Amino acid sequence: MVAIIDYGVGNLFSLRSSFAAIGVEAEVTSDPEVIRGADRVILPGVGAFGDAADKLRESGLDRVVREEAERGKPLMGICLGMQLLFERSYEYGEHLGLGLLKGEIRPIAERIPAGLKIPQMGWNALKIVRESPLFRYTKDGEYVYFVHSYSAVKCEDSLLASTEYGAELTACVGKGNVFGCQFHPEKSGEVGLRMLKAFCETEAGR
Amino acid sequence: MITKRIIPCLDVKDGRVVKGVNFQRLGDVASPVELARYYSANGADELVFYDITASAEGRSLFTEILTETARTVFIPLTVGGGINTTEDFDRVLKCGADKVSVNSGAIRDPSLVGKAAKLYGDQCVVLSVDVKRVDGVFRIFAKGGRENTGMEAIEWIRRCVGEGAGEVVVNSMDTDGVKQGFDLELLEKVCEVVQVPVIASGGAGKIEDFITLFQTLPGVDAGLAASIFHFGEVEINELKKEMKRNGIPARILEE
Repeated sequence: MVAIIDYGVGNLFSLRSSFAAIGVEAEVTSDPEVIRGADRVILPGVGAFGDAADKLRESGLDRVVREEAERGKPLMGICLGMQLLFERSYEYGEHLGLGLLKGEIRPIAERIPAGLKIPQMGWNALKIVRESPLFRYTKDGEYVYFVHSYSAVKCEDSLLASTEYGAELTACVGKGNVFGCQFHPEKSGEVGLRMLKAFCETEAGR
Repeated sequence: MITKRIIPCLDVKDGRVVKGVNFQRLGDVASPVELARYYSANGADELVFYDITASAEGRSLFTEILTETARTVFIPLTVGGGINTTEDFDRVLKCGADKVSVNSGAIRDPSLVGKAAKLYGDQCVVLSVDVKRVDGVFRIFAKGGRENTGMEAIEWIRRCVGEGAGEVVVNSMDTDGVKQGFDLELLEKVCEVVQVPVIASGGAGKIEDFITLFQTLPGVDAGLAASIFHFGEVEINELKKEMKRNGIPARILEE
């Protein structure tokens, strides 16, 4: 069973539906016991980093997620949920993340040429830079759907795939049992569903 | 590179897809859920569901259809029609919509865009406008294009984007249904004043119209159409291939 963490950020309807579509049981939950009992954990999120990090901490779920990840349970952060896996973010001030991956979150405006629209909104191609079990059913150059104004930097350590938007932006990260997608697999058609399926087949262990 | 998006629009009334020709005659096409699945499998980058129902029964039927679609279609869904309050945003977002488009609702209550952007984020709020030339000036029309508000279009768009609209759908009533190409003059003016994604609507009759659109106006991010897709006059994957042949970035599904 996949636990989709509900900490009051974002709409989880499509995420839940996408697991149903690949035939994997998933539960939207904020119950630490359900999360501890799950085989895998999804950390979703949309909105502002600081607000989401606060909500995760207030609910106490930050500890649960960290503990489960450290025990070796496969964890995937999606969009803002992926950003939360890193050490800190500079979105409106400076905020601490979960620190499960090395790196930080910076505005894409700092890195892309003027004139490109922000957020990056739409379908862009994945450039796979490192093999990963996450790409079991994914080919280099396949398109996924992005909506973001910030992205992970200084994350060479865990970088799995990037995407070209005036600069190479972080698209996919993973280290051991901890994975993250800046794009929305639940909105990326068959390509996204295949990646969720691959995540569900990854093995536990750090 | 980010791709130019192709977006079929489904006008839904009493649970069925309809398409207004110059907003007047309505003809039935197909089941919205089936059509959405078909488009998703055939290369649509996004879908717009437009609720043109007036009755309460129609509205609840629409939310059922939306839920059913979002359960099985995994590309972004924008929902519009009858969005007048933040409660309306809430209603459709809970059914699986990713973005919500406001048109007359924003005209009636100009604070709606700002309030919704604050609650759900700019990326979630799409401003949709029906624009028509009146004595040489672009004017905003309300109520599905039936009522001239007298407001100058470019200024209205600029104002709503300033309030937090994260995307703009520009529908030209002058070119809509005529199938002679998009309204490049209007779209160019819009691109000059906004930094958010611009979606062109109204006037596409053939593949070349999309090619002309994207080649002439690099600031346009997406092309939206209804009947030419519904009636199979333009097949989306064919359109994408032709875009790519012309050097326009497009997402092509493998066969």
